[in-house]
Amino acid sequence: MPHSKTLAELAAGLRAGDFSSEELTRHFLSRIEQHTELNALITVDAEKALVTAREQDQRLSSDETGELTGIPLLHKDIFCTQGMLTTCGSRMLSNFASPYDATVVNRLKQAGSIILGKTNMDEFAMGSSNETSYYGPVKNPWNPKVVPGGSSGGSAAAVAARLSPFATGTDTGGSIRQPAALCGITGLKPSYGRVSRYGIVAFASSLDQAGPLTISAEDAAIVLNAIAGFDEQDSTSVDALAPDYTATLNNDLSGLKIGLPKEFFSEGVDDEVATLIDQAIKEYEKMGAHLIDVDLPNSNVGIPCYYVIAPAEASSNLSRFDGVRYGYRADEYDDMIDMFKKTRSQGFGEEVKRRIMIGTYALSSGYYDAYYIKAQKLRRLIAEDFERAFEKCDVLMGPTAPTTAFEQGAKIQDPVAMYLNDIFTNSVNLAGLPAISVPAGFDASGLPAGLHIIGRYFDEARILNVAHRYQIETDWHRRIPQGFKQ
Amino acid sequence: MSVSPKDIKHVANLARLDITQTEIENHTLTLSRILDLVDQMQDIDTDGVEPMSHPKDAGLRMRADKVTETNQREAFQQIAPDVEQGLYLVPKVLD
Repeated sequence: MPHSKTLAELAAGLRAGDFSSEELTRHFLSRIEQHTELNALITVDAEKALVTAREQDQRLSSDETGELTGIPLLHKDIFCTQGMLTTCGSRMLSNFASPYDATVVNRLKQAGSIILGKTNMDEFAMGSSNETSYYGPVKNPWNPKVVPGGSSGGSAAAVAARLSPFATGTDTGGSIRQPAALCGITGLKPSYGRVSRYGIVAFASSLDQAGPLTISAEDAAIVLNAIAGFDEQDSTSVDALAPDYTATLNNDLSGLKIGLPKEFFSEGVDDEVATLIDQAIKEYEKMGAHLIDVDLPNSNVGIPCYYVIAPAEASSNLSRFDGVRYGYRADEYDDMIDMFKKTRSQGFGEEVKRRIMIGTYALSSGYYDAYYIKAQKLRRLIAEDFERAFEKCDVLMGPTAPTTAFEQGAKIQDPVAMYLNDIFTNSVNLAGLPAISVPAGFDASGLPAGLHIIGRYFDEARILNVAHRYQIETDWHRRIPQGFKQ
Repeated sequence: MSVSPKDIKHVANLARLDITQTEIENHTLTLSRILDLVDQMQDIDTDGVEPMSHPKDAGLRMRADKVTETNQREAFQQIAPDVEQGLYLVPKVLD
């Protein structure tokens, strides 16, 4: 069945003529139709997908092809797509059709991929369980009672259920890696500045980064090849050449120095998850890697620091939603200020309003130094901790999330408990580093856990290489949940 | 650090959010809990540390001062809630 293949295998199949892009597109569209119970998608555009697939079949027969030519994909509904709704999981943008494409969308189109639709997500990417979406929660294909993680929960669930060969996501504090871990797939957050943010609905501009959710690390390298690189439309895009990320995937790992921060193996980690991560690290030892103990002494303030900086930037970014130029506007109001207030109160959901409130408070007169400036100072200490650790090792490893997926409703009433899910991921965003989550096995209840591999700044090639070699030795990433194999 | 219902009303106004009495009570509770979490920051001495606003202290790039965008007013206004003769309409501000 084509859906059990990786992107790399599908690309080879297309070129060998085993199936056409149109056949592939129809196959995935019918899977999407069969599995609406997951609620992983907000928008499907079958008609346009099939037209594009036929165009790509022409290209495939004329040999002007790349690895993504004719490959279907899903975009997280935070990427602006011309001629297709971009809701960001919010009532505020429920009627928003962007007049332009995001750079990531544009580059993947140029590479010949086919948009099947847009995936569900936590509203404005604020959440770790996909329960804050205006379009309802997404279910985890491994067990419909548990969450898929968030905020790219729809993308992760869709790839895990093989509704699409790959999907895009964004990661502000863990939103690609945590759902990838909870859904048993591969998720890559590139370095800040590596992939353009142009056309991505902004959450926290100094933390947001786009990346792929895929079956394998090799697939992530193929997608990163298409989307990485300078974009003058993004003012913080870094003007540096992106290497061919597939070229170094097979590099030998003997002598690799793996740093194990003791803070990543502390008491908060579930025993079963800890065991799975230990086993994964043993695989690396067998491949000739050395283990080194390192410290990230300020990592305990990563969460407090993140929950000042991210909401502060969000409260500023989300001030653009005023009901004047696009999006939702309240039906009834008295004057202009009342129109703003009613529009925003009706258009935003509870968690988004909560973060706007925290951010506004932290930036308000009298609190700015104690919260925002203090958090920015800690941000530097956290980034310096990573720099010191990387003097002694090539990559850092630990669990992506402290537990496997939790039950729907378990944490949604307790924001602090929800925030603690991202304890291992969000300090990586604060430092701007690249990191990947790869499937590392299952707990006793059959739920997947993720191994978190963090790299040096701009060293995506290394973490992809390290992830790929593990996936040669293991087959966790090839497991498909019951009910989605056929 | 705990916040009072009065603080919540003030912040909601700054953020241009209309909030009900129930929401005031809820926000007072949850924001106080979140601020307790955030206050762990105060345990760490940051005297003399330079604030970091971007990874790698990336600043904004300068570009040549020339026109790069074309006028797309119609496309942009097509998605607006209320426009007339190329202008965005809002409730009357001045009498």
